[in-house]
Amino acid sequence: MFFSAAKEAAGMPALVLSASYVGFGSLVRESGIGLGLGLFSTLSTWALPGQVVLVELYGVGAPLLVICLAVALTNARLMPMVITLMPLVHDPAVPRWRYYLYSHFVAVTAWAFSMRRCPDMPRPLRLPYFVGFAVSLWIASLIGTTAGFLLADSVPRPITLGLVFLNPIYFMLIFATDLRHRARAMALGLGAVLGPLLHTLSHDWGLMFAGLIAGTVAFGGERLLRNRHA
Amino acid sequence: MPDLWIIVVLIAGAASTYVWRALGVALSGRIDPTGPVFEWVGCVAYALLAALIARMIVMPVGPLEATDLGARLISAAIAVAAFFLARKNIFFGVTAGTMALIGFTMAGIRLF
Repeated sequence: MFFSAAKEAAGMPALVLSASYVGFGSLVRESGIGLGLGLFSTLSTWALPGQVVLVELYGVGAPLLVICLAVALTNARLMPMVITLMPLVHDPAVPRWRYYLYSHFVAVTAWAFSMRRCPDMPRPLRLPYFVGFAVSLWIASLIGTTAGFLLADSVPRPITLGLVFLNPIYFMLIFATDLRHRARAMALGLGAVLGPLLHTLSHDWGLMFAGLIAGTVAFGGERLLRNRHA
Repeated sequence: MPDLWIIVVLIAGAASTYVWRALGVALSGRIDPTGPVFEWVGCVAYALLAALIARMIVMPVGPLEATDLGARLISAAIAVAAFFLARKNIFFGVTAGTMALIGFTMAGIRLF
Protein backbone atom coordinates (compact mmCIF):
# COMPACT_ATOMS: atom_id res chain seq x y z
CA MET A 1 0.00 0.00 0.00
CA PHE A 2 2.87 2.34 0.84
CA PHE A 3 4.25 2.02 -2.68
CA SER A 4 0.96 2.12 -4.53
CA ALA A 5 0.03 5.30 -2.62
CA ALA A 6 3.48 6.73 -3.36
CA LYS A 7 2.90 5.97 -7.01
CA GLU A 8 -0.54 7.56 -6.99
CA ALA A 9 0.92 10.72 -5.43
CA ALA A 10 3.83 10.73 -7.89
CA GLY A 11 1.45 11.68 -10.69
CA MET A 12 -0.52 14.90 -10.81
CA PRO A 13 -0.35 15.77 -7.07
CA ALA A 14 3.48 15.64 -7.02
CA LEU A 15 3.73 17.54 -10.29
CA VAL A 16 1.50 20.36 -9.06
CA LEU A 17 3.07 20.51 -5.60
CA SER A 18 6.64 20.51 -6.94
CA ALA A 19 5.66 23.32 -9.34
CA SER A 20 4.38 25.28 -6.32
CA TYR A 21 7.71 24.67 -4.60
CA VAL A 22 9.51 25.96 -7.70
CA GLY A 23 7.88 29.27 -6.81
CA PHE A 24 9.15 28.92 -3.23
CA GLY A 25 12.66 27.98 -4.41
CA SER A 26 12.98 31.12 -6.47
CA LEU A 27 11.64 33.19 -3.58
CA VAL A 28 14.38 31.67 -1.38
CA ARG A 29 17.01 32.65 -3.94
CA GLU A 30 15.70 36.22 -4.20
CA SER A 31 15.75 36.62 -0.43
CA GLY A 32 19.44 35.78 -0.35
CA ILE A 33 18.93 32.48 1.47
CA GLY A 34 21.10 29.55 0.36
CA LEU A 35 19.80 26.40 -1.31
CA GLY A 36 20.72 24.22 1.67
CA LEU A 37 18.65 26.37 4.01
CA GLY A 38 15.76 26.51 1.54
CA LEU A 39 15.75 22.71 1.44
CA PHE A 40 16.00 22.64 5.22
CA SER A 41 12.86 24.80 5.38
CA THR A 42 10.95 22.46 3.06
CA LEU A 43 12.20 19.41 4.93
CA SER A 44 11.56 20.68 8.45
CA THR A 45 8.43 22.79 7.99
CA TRP A 46 6.73 21.34 4.94
CA ALA A 47 3.74 23.64 4.99
CA LEU A 48 4.11 26.01 2.06
CA PRO A 49 1.94 28.96 3.13
CA GLY A 50 3.88 29.27 6.40
CA GLN A 51 7.21 28.95 4.59
CA VAL A 52 6.28 31.80 2.23
CA VAL A 53 5.24 33.99 5.18
CA LEU A 54 8.52 33.21 6.96
CA VAL A 55 10.74 34.08 4.00
CA GLU A 56 8.75 37.25 3.36
CA LEU A 57 9.01 38.46 6.97
CA TYR A 58 12.69 37.49 7.16
CA GLY A 59 13.21 39.57 4.02
CA VAL A 60 11.75 42.69 5.60
CA GLY A 61 13.76 42.13 8.80
CA ALA A 62 10.89 41.36 11.17
CA PRO A 63 11.77 40.38 14.76
CA LEU A 64 11.83 36.67 15.64
CA LEU A 65 8.72 36.81 17.81
CA VAL A 66 6.68 38.43 15.03
CA ILE A 67 7.86 35.78 12.54
CA CYS A 68 7.05 32.91 14.91
CA LEU A 69 3.60 34.28 15.67
CA ALA A 70 2.81 34.82 11.98
CA VAL A 71 4.03 31.34 11.02
CA ALA A 72 2.21 29.70 13.94
CA LEU A 73 -1.05 31.46 13.13
CA THR A 74 -0.74 30.63 9.44
CA ASN A 75 -0.20 26.97 10.25
CA ALA A 76 -2.70 26.58 13.10
CA ARG A 77 -4.91 24.57 10.74
CA LEU A 78 -2.51 21.65 11.15
CA MET A 79 -3.79 20.86 14.65
CA PRO A 80 -7.47 20.30 13.74
CA MET A 81 -6.28 18.55 10.57
CA VAL A 82 -4.23 16.06 12.61
CA ILE A 83 -7.08 15.54 15.08
CA THR A 84 -9.50 14.84 12.21
CA LEU A 85 -7.16 12.45 10.41
CA MET A 86 -5.95 10.43 13.42
CA PRO A 87 -9.01 8.23 14.11
CA LEU A 88 -9.21 7.51 10.38
CA VAL A 89 -5.65 6.20 9.99
CA HIS A 90 -5.15 4.94 13.54
CA ASP A 91 -3.83 1.39 13.72
CA PRO A 92 -3.80 -0.22 17.19
CA ALA A 93 -0.71 -2.24 16.21
CA VAL A 94 1.39 0.92 15.74
CA PRO A 95 3.06 2.35 18.87
CA ARG A 96 1.70 5.72 19.86
CA TRP A 97 4.99 7.65 19.71
CA ARG A 98 5.29 6.92 16.00
CA TYR A 99 2.29 9.11 15.30
CA TYR A 100 4.37 12.05 16.47
CA LEU A 101 6.69 11.30 13.52
CA TYR A 102 3.90 10.63 11.04
CA SER A 103 2.11 13.84 12.02
CA HIS A 104 4.95 15.78 10.40
CA PHE A 105 3.58 14.54 7.05
CA VAL A 106 0.22 16.19 7.61
CA ALA A 107 -0.12 18.92 4.99
CA VAL A 108 -2.98 19.92 2.72
CA THR A 109 -2.58 17.53 -0.23
CA ALA A 110 -1.84 14.22 1.52
CA TRP A 111 -4.44 15.06 4.15
CA ALA A 112 -7.20 15.84 1.64
CA PHE A 113 -6.50 12.68 -0.37
CA SER A 114 -6.39 10.50 2.75
CA MET A 115 -9.61 12.03 4.13
CA ARG A 116 -11.32 11.08 0.88
CA ARG A 117 -9.81 7.64 0.21
CA CYS A 118 -9.15 6.08 3.60
CA PRO A 119 -12.76 5.52 4.74
CA ASP A 120 -13.15 2.94 1.94
CA MET A 121 -9.96 1.05 2.87
CA PRO A 122 -9.37 -1.74 5.38
CA ARG A 123 -7.86 -0.20 8.51
CA PRO A 124 -4.30 -1.67 8.29
CA LEU A 125 -3.86 -0.14 4.82
CA ARG A 126 -4.80 3.41 5.75
CA LEU A 127 -1.66 4.54 7.58
CA PRO A 128 0.66 3.15 4.86
CA TYR A 129 -1.50 4.91 2.26
CA PHE A 130 -1.18 8.26 4.03
CA VAL A 131 2.55 7.95 4.72
CA GLY A 132 3.35 6.63 1.23
CA PHE A 133 1.41 9.45 -0.39
CA ALA A 134 3.03 12.07 1.82
CA VAL A 135 6.63 10.84 1.42
CA SER A 136 6.24 10.95 -2.33
CA LEU A 137 5.02 14.56 -2.10
CA TRP A 138 7.78 15.44 0.33
CA ILE A 139 10.41 14.32 -2.18
CA ALA A 140 8.62 16.20 -4.96
CA SER A 141 8.65 19.35 -2.79
CA LEU A 142 12.42 19.07 -2.30
CA ILE A 143 12.95 18.63 -6.04
CA GLY A 144 10.70 21.62 -6.71
CA THR A 145 12.56 23.81 -4.19
CA THR A 146 15.90 22.90 -5.81
CA ALA A 147 14.63 23.50 -9.34
CA GLY A 148 13.13 26.86 -8.38
CA PHE A 149 16.35 27.95 -6.71
CA LEU A 150 18.53 26.95 -9.65
CA LEU A 151 16.19 28.41 -12.27
CA ALA A 152 15.39 31.63 -10.40
CA ASP A 153 17.47 33.84 -12.70
CA SER A 154 16.42 32.26 -15.98
CA VAL A 155 12.67 32.12 -15.42
CA PRO A 156 10.75 35.29 -16.37
CA ARG A 157 9.08 37.02 -13.43
CA PRO A 158 5.44 36.45 -14.52
CA ILE A 159 6.06 32.70 -14.67
CA THR A 160 7.53 32.65 -11.16
CA LEU A 161 4.47 34.56 -9.96
CA GLY A 162 2.23 32.09 -11.80
CA LEU A 163 3.92 29.21 -9.99
CA VAL A 164 3.41 30.89 -6.61
CA PHE A 165 -0.25 31.41 -7.56
CA LEU A 166 -0.59 27.77 -8.58
CA ASN A 167 -0.49 26.66 -4.95
CA PRO A 168 -3.70 28.32 -3.66
CA ILE A 169 -5.48 27.46 -6.93
CA TYR A 170 -4.56 23.81 -6.53
CA PHE A 171 -5.68 23.73 -2.90
CA MET A 172 -8.94 25.44 -3.86
CA LEU A 173 -9.73 22.83 -6.52
CA ILE A 174 -8.84 19.91 -4.24
CA PHE A 175 -11.63 21.06 -1.94
CA ALA A 176 -14.00 21.86 -4.82
CA THR A 177 -14.02 18.12 -5.62
CA ASP A 178 -15.26 17.32 -2.17
CA LEU A 179 -18.40 19.36 -1.48
CA ARG A 180 -20.86 16.52 -0.86
CA HIS A 181 -20.43 16.59 2.92
CA ARG A 182 -22.81 19.38 4.00
CA ALA A 183 -21.05 20.60 7.17
CA ARG A 184 -17.64 20.63 5.46
CA ALA A 185 -19.04 22.46 2.43
CA MET A 186 -20.58 25.11 4.69
CA ALA A 187 -17.30 25.45 6.62
CA LEU A 188 -15.34 25.84 3.37
CA GLY A 189 -17.73 28.46 1.96
CA LEU A 190 -17.92 30.54 5.13
CA GLY A 191 -14.19 30.26 5.74
CA ALA A 192 -13.45 31.47 2.21
CA VAL A 193 -15.58 34.58 2.81
CA LEU A 194 -14.38 35.34 6.33
CA GLY A 195 -10.67 34.63 5.68
CA PRO A 196 -9.89 37.73 3.59
CA LEU A 197 -12.48 39.81 5.46
CA LEU A 198 -11.00 39.26 8.92
CA HIS A 199 -7.47 39.49 7.50
CA THR A 200 -8.19 43.17 6.82
CA LEU A 201 -8.97 43.61 10.54
CA SER A 202 -5.90 41.75 11.82
CA HIS A 203 -3.07 40.34 9.73
CA ASP A 204 -2.02 38.08 12.57
CA TRP A 205 -5.24 36.82 14.14
CA GLY A 206 -7.69 37.23 11.25
CA LEU A 207 -7.11 33.75 9.86
CA MET A 208 -7.50 32.00 13.20
CA PHE A 209 -10.73 33.84 14.03
CA ALA A 210 -12.11 33.28 10.53
CA GLY A 211 -11.54 29.53 10.96
CA LEU A 212 -13.02 29.40 14.46
CA ILE A 213 -16.11 31.47 13.58
CA ALA A 214 -16.80 29.84 10.20
CA GLY A 215 -16.19 26.35 11.60
CA THR A 216 -18.45 26.93 14.59
CA VAL A 217 -21.26 28.42 12.46
CA ALA A 218 -21.02 25.50 10.02
CA PHE A 219 -21.08 23.03 12.91
CA GLY A 220 -24.11 24.79 14.46
CA GLY A 221 -25.85 25.05 11.09
CA GLU A 222 -25.37 21.34 10.46
CA ARG A 223 -26.85 20.42 13.84
CA LEU A 224 -29.81 22.75 13.27
CA LEU A 225 -30.52 21.29 9.82
CA ARG A 226 -30.14 17.75 11.10
CA ASN A 227 -32.52 18.29 14.00
CA ARG A 228 -35.10 19.89 11.75
CA HIS A 229 -35.10 16.88 9.45
CA ALA A 230 -35.02 14.37 12.27
CA MET B 1 28.98 30.42 5.67
CA PRO B 2 25.25 31.09 6.02
CA ASP B 3 24.15 33.81 8.34
CA LEU B 4 23.35 32.46 11.79
CA TRP B 5 20.23 34.58 12.04
CA ILE B 6 18.39 32.85 9.16
CA ILE B 7 19.19 29.46 10.73
CA VAL B 8 17.61 30.60 13.99
CA VAL B 9 14.57 31.94 12.09
CA LEU B 10 14.13 28.70 10.12
CA ILE B 11 14.40 26.47 13.19
CA ALA B 12 11.96 28.68 15.10
CA GLY B 13 9.58 28.62 12.11
CA ALA B 14 9.77 24.84 11.86
CA ALA B 15 9.10 24.53 15.60
CA SER B 16 6.14 26.94 15.40
CA THR B 17 4.70 24.65 12.73
CA TYR B 18 5.44 21.26 14.24
CA VAL B 19 3.98 22.22 17.61
CA TRP B 20 0.48 22.20 16.02
CA ARG B 21 1.00 18.76 14.56
CA ALA B 22 2.26 17.31 17.86
CA LEU B 23 -0.57 18.99 19.75
CA GLY B 24 -3.00 17.41 17.31
CA VAL B 25 -1.61 13.94 18.08
CA ALA B 26 -1.63 14.61 21.83
CA LEU B 27 -5.23 15.84 21.82
CA SER B 28 -6.60 13.28 19.41
CA GLY B 29 -6.55 10.51 22.00
CA ARG B 30 -8.81 12.54 24.26
CA ILE B 31 -11.51 13.40 21.75
CA ASP B 32 -14.23 10.86 20.99
CA PRO B 33 -14.23 10.49 17.16
CA THR B 34 -18.00 9.92 17.17
CA GLY B 35 -18.80 12.90 19.40
CA PRO B 36 -19.79 16.50 18.69
CA VAL B 37 -16.40 17.97 19.72
CA PHE B 38 -14.70 15.93 17.01
CA GLU B 39 -17.25 17.07 14.46
CA TRP B 40 -16.68 20.70 15.47
CA VAL B 41 -12.88 20.34 15.16
CA GLY B 42 -13.39 18.93 11.66
CA CYS B 43 -15.51 21.94 10.69
CA VAL B 44 -12.86 24.31 12.05
CA ALA B 45 -10.16 22.45 10.06
CA TYR B 46 -12.03 22.88 6.78
CA ALA B 47 -12.92 26.52 7.60
CA LEU B 48 -9.27 27.34 8.41
CA LEU B 49 -8.14 25.78 5.14
CA ALA B 50 -10.71 27.73 3.12
CA ALA B 51 -9.87 30.96 4.97
CA LEU B 52 -6.17 30.47 4.24
CA ILE B 53 -6.69 29.63 0.56
CA ALA B 54 -9.01 32.60 0.04
CA ARG B 55 -6.55 34.90 1.81
CA MET B 56 -3.69 33.60 -0.37
CA ILE B 57 -5.69 34.53 -3.48
CA VAL B 58 -7.33 37.79 -2.36
CA MET B 59 -4.67 39.20 0.01
CA PRO B 60 -1.45 37.29 -0.56
CA VAL B 61 1.63 37.76 1.60
CA GLY B 62 4.82 37.65 -0.46
CA PRO B 63 5.63 38.02 -4.15
CA LEU B 64 2.00 37.80 -5.31
CA GLU B 65 1.37 41.19 -3.71
CA ALA B 66 2.91 42.60 -6.88
CA THR B 67 0.14 41.12 -9.04
CA ASP B 68 -3.24 42.72 -9.64
CA LEU B 69 -6.18 41.70 -7.44
CA GLY B 70 -8.60 41.67 -10.38
CA ALA B 71 -6.23 39.48 -12.39
CA ARG B 72 -5.97 37.04 -9.48
CA LEU B 73 -9.74 36.88 -8.98
CA ILE B 74 -10.48 36.35 -12.67
CA SER B 75 -7.70 33.75 -12.94
CA ALA B 76 -9.20 31.91 -9.96
CA ALA B 77 -12.64 32.04 -11.60
CA ILE B 78 -11.12 30.72 -14.85
CA ALA B 79 -9.53 27.87 -12.88
CA VAL B 80 -12.89 26.93 -11.34
CA ALA B 81 -14.71 27.20 -14.69
CA ALA B 82 -12.09 25.08 -16.49
CA PHE B 83 -12.17 22.56 -13.66
CA PHE B 84 -15.93 22.03 -13.94
CA LEU B 85 -15.98 22.17 -17.76
CA ALA B 86 -13.34 19.43 -17.83
CA ARG B 87 -15.52 17.27 -15.54
CA LYS B 88 -13.66 18.07 -12.35
CA ASN B 89 -10.18 17.64 -13.81
CA ILE B 90 -7.87 19.35 -11.29
CA PHE B 91 -4.87 19.40 -13.60
CA PHE B 92 -6.85 21.19 -16.30
CA GLY B 93 -8.24 23.74 -13.84
CA VAL B 94 -4.87 24.48 -12.24
CA THR B 95 -3.16 24.88 -15.61
CA ALA B 96 -5.87 27.22 -16.91
CA GLY B 97 -5.81 29.38 -13.76
CA THR B 98 -2.01 29.62 -13.65
CA MET B 99 -1.74 30.38 -17.37
CA ALA B 100 -4.40 33.07 -16.99
CA LEU B 101 -2.44 34.85 -14.24
CA ILE B 102 0.81 34.56 -16.20
CA GLY B 103 -1.00 36.01 -19.23
CA PHE B 104 -2.49 38.92 -17.28
CA THR B 105 0.86 39.71 -15.64
CA MET B 106 2.82 39.52 -18.90
CA ALA B 107 0.27 41.73 -20.66
CA GLY B 108 0.44 44.15 -17.72
CA ILE B 109 -3.35 44.16 -17.45
CA ARG B 110 -4.62 45.78 -14.25
CA LEU B 111 -8.31 45.60 -13.54
CA PHE B 112 -8.62 47.46 -10.29
